[in-house]
Order: sequence, then C-alpha cells, then structure tokens
Amino acid sequence: MDAKEIIARRVAQEIEPEMLVNLGIGLPSMVANYLPKDVHVFFQAENGVIGLGARPPEGMEDPDLTDAGGGFVTAVPGAASIDSAMSFGLIRGGHLDMTVLGGLQVDARGYLANWMIPGKMVPGMGGAMDLVAGAKQVIVAMVHTAKGNHKILPECTLPLTAARRVSLIVTDMAVIEPTEAGLVLKERGPDCSVDDVIAATGANLIVHGDVPQMQIA
Amino acid sequence: MKHAVKPGEAAALIPDGAILLVGGFMAVGSPHRIIDALVARNARDLTIVANDTAMPGKGIGKLISAGAVKKVVASHIGLNPETQQKMISGEIEVELVPQGTLVERIRAGGVGLGGVLTATGLGTPVEDGKLTVEIDGKTFLLETPIKGDFALIAARQADYVGNLEYSLTAHNFNPIMALAGETVIAEPQTIVPVGVISPDAVKTPGVLVDHLLERAH
Repeated sequence: MDAKEIIARRVAQEIEPEMLVNLGIGLPSMVANYLPKDVHVFFQAENGVIGLGARPPEGMEDPDLTDAGGGFVTAVPGAASIDSAMSFGLIRGGHLDMTVLGGLQVDARGYLANWMIPGKMVPGMGGAMDLVAGAKQVIVAMVHTAKGNHKILPECTLPLTAARRVSLIVTDMAVIEPTEAGLVLKERGPDCSVDDVIAATGANLIVHGDVPQMQIA
Repeated sequence: MKHAVKPGEAAALIPDGAILLVGGFMAVGSPHRIIDALVARNARDLTIVANDTAMPGKGIGKLISAGAVKKVVASHIGLNPETQQKMISGEIEVELVPQGTLVERIRAGGVGLGGVLTATGLGTPVEDGKLTVEIDGKTFLLETPIKGDFALIAARQADYVGNLEYSLTAHNFNPIMALAGETVIAEPQTIVPVGVISPDAVKTPGVLVDHLLERAH
C-alpha cells in the first residue's frame, strides 16, 4: 500500500454518517474511495454542489457540473446546487462538519500552511483559508516528510492558511492530534516505530504509553 | 422587455480600463461569448474581478493571453501559468482574496453594505494593513465592498424581462455579481418567452439585468 492510500484509508475512518464533508483536490479527494458502503455522507464541492458524486462515464459529462478542481463529476440523488455565497456561508457558518486538506507544513501549535511558497509558488488560497477558519473539524492529510525534509515543525516558516489549531494530522507515518499542550502522537503508521515517527518529525511529540499502530484494511 | 444584443454590441459597451465582475469557476459558468468579443475588439487595461483566471485558452484565460488585463482580483490563479508569469513580470497586478471573502465583498458592494467582518485570513498575510474589529469577544477582519463598472453574467436560461436561471455548478459567483455591476450584461444559453420561467426558479430578477445577449446559435 502506498503512502497516499494509507493516508486516505485512515482519514476515511474519521468520517461519520450524515456528515457534510469537503475534500480538497489531490490526495484528500481519494478519501471518498475508502468510505464504508453503509456510511452515507454528503460531500461538498465549494464551487457549488452538496452531494458530489463520482466521475461520470466518458461521454456523459455535464459541462456545468464540475468539482473545485474543474474535473467533471456527478451529483447524487438528494444533491443541491448552490451559489458561492451559500457555499462559503455553509463553510464559515459552522455548517460544514469536516474538511480534509493537504498540507505543506503544520506546526506545534497545530497551525497549517498550505497555500504558498514565497518566491516559488503563488497560486492563491482559493477556498482554503475559509475552510480552515470555518469548518467544525479540520483534518490535514499529507505525507509525513517531503524528500526527507520535515513538514511538521516547531513553527511554520511558510505563510499560514489560518491561525487556527487543526483537529488532526494524518500522515503515512502517524496520526497526530494537536492540543493546547502540543502535538500528541495517537497512532503510528504501518511498519513504523515511535522512534521512526519522532525522527521524521521536526516538532516535539507528546507520547503517552504504548502508541497503537494504525488499523487500516 | 429587453432587446437581445449581439456579442460585439455587448463588447462595444465596455470601454478600455473598465472594472469587470466576471462570473465563472475554472471557466464553468463564464460568459464565453462576451469574453471572445472583448478579445476580438482588442480590449485593454481591464480590471477583472473573478474567482480565478481559468487556464490559457479558456474563459478569462483568453483575456489574460490577449493582454487585455492590467489587474486581477481573484482567489486562485494557480491553474493559469500565464497569469502567474505576467504577475511576476509586473504586467498584471494581482490581488489574492480568499474565495469566501471575495464573494461576500462583492455581495456587500451589491447590497449596500459598508463591508464584511470575517475571521477568514486572520493571522495570515491577508490581514496585512486591514482593520480588525472585536464583536462579542471574537476578532474579525474588516473587508471592504467591491463593485464593478460591469458585471458579465453567464446563465442557463433567461426570459425577455431578463430573469435568469442558473445551472448546477455554473451558478458560482454569477448570482452575486449580478447585484454588484453598475451595468449588468447577461449571457444566457437560451432565451425563453416571458412566463416560461417559474417565479420560484428565478435566481436573478430581471430588474437587475441591463442587457441580454442573444441566445447561442
């Protein structure tokens, strides 16, 4: 199982029935593939649909029905199409139960940086700042290190997405819960020891007793 | 009743240097025929307020490629490398605004509000130079209204009163921008006789629409 699949499978376990969930593009969007069949949720795409469905078969695309990455999607029965003011009203207003986003850096405070690298990449924040500021739960889904470099740091060096403590960090090596006291190591990844996780993490980790291994099918 | 105009007539109404609110999300729900006509009439020095600049060769991306734009106010330019190159070279000024803040600033401009208070952007570069306000112990950023000289609106269907109905994720910024343009030009895919669109289905009342583009052939 590759790193992204481990992350997507583990994040899927956090989703509870009847939630309204927003998945970011890329790795976070893979989470939908691993939701148990009996768990019904509505996925929001912030460009304007609640009840996002799978990619349509070739030739059956609707040019007016895409996700926030611009890819063709379908809408499930019970879906609603909404304008951007309603969509972000849901996000900021506390109506969105969970958002799953990628991350460039997360720090010991649980703050996320995921929208720009000064001098290199300035794509714009899109909806990320509203999502992190407004969703009830914010889950960061990312690989633990980037080409050997730490992504979990004492303090983010990149511009923040929001000054808000995220709910959970899920990587291929660990599940980490940011708390008032710091980053708590909740689970270790497949074939990872606690020492492995500590070595791959730039911020202090709080370790309570035996840290269980992620249970992913 | 409104007399439907041709794309070239619509583009001729828009002078160089105008501030345009342009509907669409990654070119979905964008007024494509008006954009083509603006490129054809060699428009210059436009300020474009829109969610994004699409990609080269699509939607607003055509205005960027044509050198018609001097300033962009958007939430995301990441999928249009030309916008990024022109930003770096100084040809285009880019103001990046969180998506939910952008739509609410436009709404504020359109509905007579003096601004928007939002927690989105606090603790990030978005906060720089802005006033913060405390309400009931919570801190908010004061974001100012945005208005346009023109709003260019894409709709699925119009009647000759100018009532507009939208489609799926092609709503996005369109219904909001229709409030905030000094002159509103709507580009429907079809135009139907008055009375065909149910009053309950009208998202933008025709009183807001100044010009209606003829239906697509």
